[in-house]
Amino acid sequence: MARLVVLGGGVAGHTAATFAAKWLGSAHEVVVVTPNSKWNWIPSNIWVGVGQMSKEDVTFDLAPVYEKGGITYKQAKAISIHPEGKEDSDKPYVTIEHTNKAQLGESEELEYDYLINATGPKLNFDATPGLGDGNGQLGEHTVSVCTADHAIHANHELQELIKEMKTLPEGEKKNVLIGTGHGMCTCQGAAFEYIFNIEHTLREEGVRDKANMIWISNEQFIGDFGMGAMHLDRGGYRTHSKIFTESIFAERGLSWITGAHVNKIEKGKATYENLDGTIETQEFDFAMLIPPFAGVGLKAYGKDGSDITDVLFAANGMMKVDADYTPRPFEQWSANDWPSTLQNPTYENIFAAGIAFAPPHPISQPKKSPNGTMITPTPPRTGMPSAMMGKAVANSICDMMTGKSTKPTHTAKMSEMGAACVASTGKGLFSGTAAAMTVYPVVPDYDKFPDTGRDQTLTTGEIGLSGHWVKHLLHFAFIWKAKLKPFWTIIPE
Amino acid sequence: MLEKQANRKPYEQAYFPPVPNKFTIFMRTCVLWQLVRFVSFNLMITKLLIKSHH
Repeated sequence: MARLVVLGGGVAGHTAATFAAKWLGSAHEVVVVTPNSKWNWIPSNIWVGVGQMSKEDVTFDLAPVYEKGGITYKQAKAISIHPEGKEDSDKPYVTIEHTNKAQLGESEELEYDYLINATGPKLNFDATPGLGDGNGQLGEHTVSVCTADHAIHANHELQELIKEMKTLPEGEKKNVLIGTGHGMCTCQGAAFEYIFNIEHTLREEGVRDKANMIWISNEQFIGDFGMGAMHLDRGGYRTHSKIFTESIFAERGLSWITGAHVNKIEKGKATYENLDGTIETQEFDFAMLIPPFAGVGLKAYGKDGSDITDVLFAANGMMKVDADYTPRPFEQWSANDWPSTLQNPTYENIFAAGIAFAPPHPISQPKKSPNGTMITPTPPRTGMPSAMMGKAVANSICDMMTGKSTKPTHTAKMSEMGAACVASTGKGLFSGTAAAMTVYPVVPDYDKFPDTGRDQTLTTGEIGLSGHWVKHLLHFAFIWKAKLKPFWTIIPE
Repeated sequence: MLEKQANRKPYEQAYFPPVPNKFTIFMRTCVLWQLVRFVSFNLMITKLLIKSHH
């Protein structure tokens, strides 16, 4: 009997573990290591953040689901990977530290035959002074919608703001600042959803005229979303997403600051550096700024105990896989730089999926200020690609574990897969809307598609109630799937 | 769309992008039309999924 250990129980890890357990049955063991006791459907945290959903609507307990799926569940955080074993044993293992109440703080060595790193992002709030609290957690000056608990707090603050707005004297306004909190952030889509859901909420509460709504991000232009933007064929024209995004911003009365690296947060004030090197400030009464992501901080050690972290991980803490990491200028980037099998090049029994793998470079054109500050969106790894990666990696590993192959058999290359993204612009069964987009491929391939880098027959976008219904459908469908309810495998990633 | 766009001052930021007219806004929440778009988008996702799985 062999053992597959999956680090992380998010979209990528949970998908990998549940499919692997289904395919392997009782012949082999699947273990999930995650510090969380609950699974979170992160796309709906936005609605928790405006009071339209509860924490219970977007989370569920993992233990009973893993028991149902025949998966060994360890509520623990991974600390280090030992891919060569130790002095008295060649068996690779990971060290974990339990986070459940009964075993809090206890360490354990967990041997593996195959390992999937699907640990997702470290929310690196402290990368921007004042955005974090100095201990790696969210600071006191802004809110977040990255987790369900953060979103609960964000909604509480939003409701307090609305109360204040209702008693504001005529002509006075509150500043609402939403966007990215560092020059190297991703997840602009989540911030986009939040600013529009707040705008929608303020209109429904009758206080929209009491708010200056301001977007701030590290994109060169709004509509980049970390994927180098996209083109849409509509109304007889092929139009860049910058135009469409500016359109909805103008329609809803939002102003925008782009090309910005937020470098300090204080009470009621964000300081940022522009692409031209100038420094400006923006005051706010309510702010949600996405933090930059990093790897969770796993270490790696050789058989002799030597630190081999840089063999397995890139400088940002994300795991190296079969990408081409050769430094090149933007003009020489290629779709072929991106990984296919997500297998670590040094240790063939280690894979990474989702946000945990190290991209070869951004998708968006990199920009640097005259001061040397990088102000460039990093590549998004959204739910659909992450789940597809998790499934592909699980499939490869199962084939390797059962002897069908000695090499990975499945691929999930971001320059050969598409994504559907539904960005809510306000919730309401008949009054809600969303920007529903498809893009193929996620990473542009200018060799295959010389004009825009993408297949324009599969790259679409429009705003409407139908998109809102799709987002609701995805919410229910993917929670159903994640809970391993009947016919869960039919729901595609 | 707000009747008056507070930030659409001439030659300033929001002056230049296209904004939807009343018909376009109406169609965004017209249930009959959006049912058609819902089916269409789900078909598009299906095409995307078939192309993406390797």
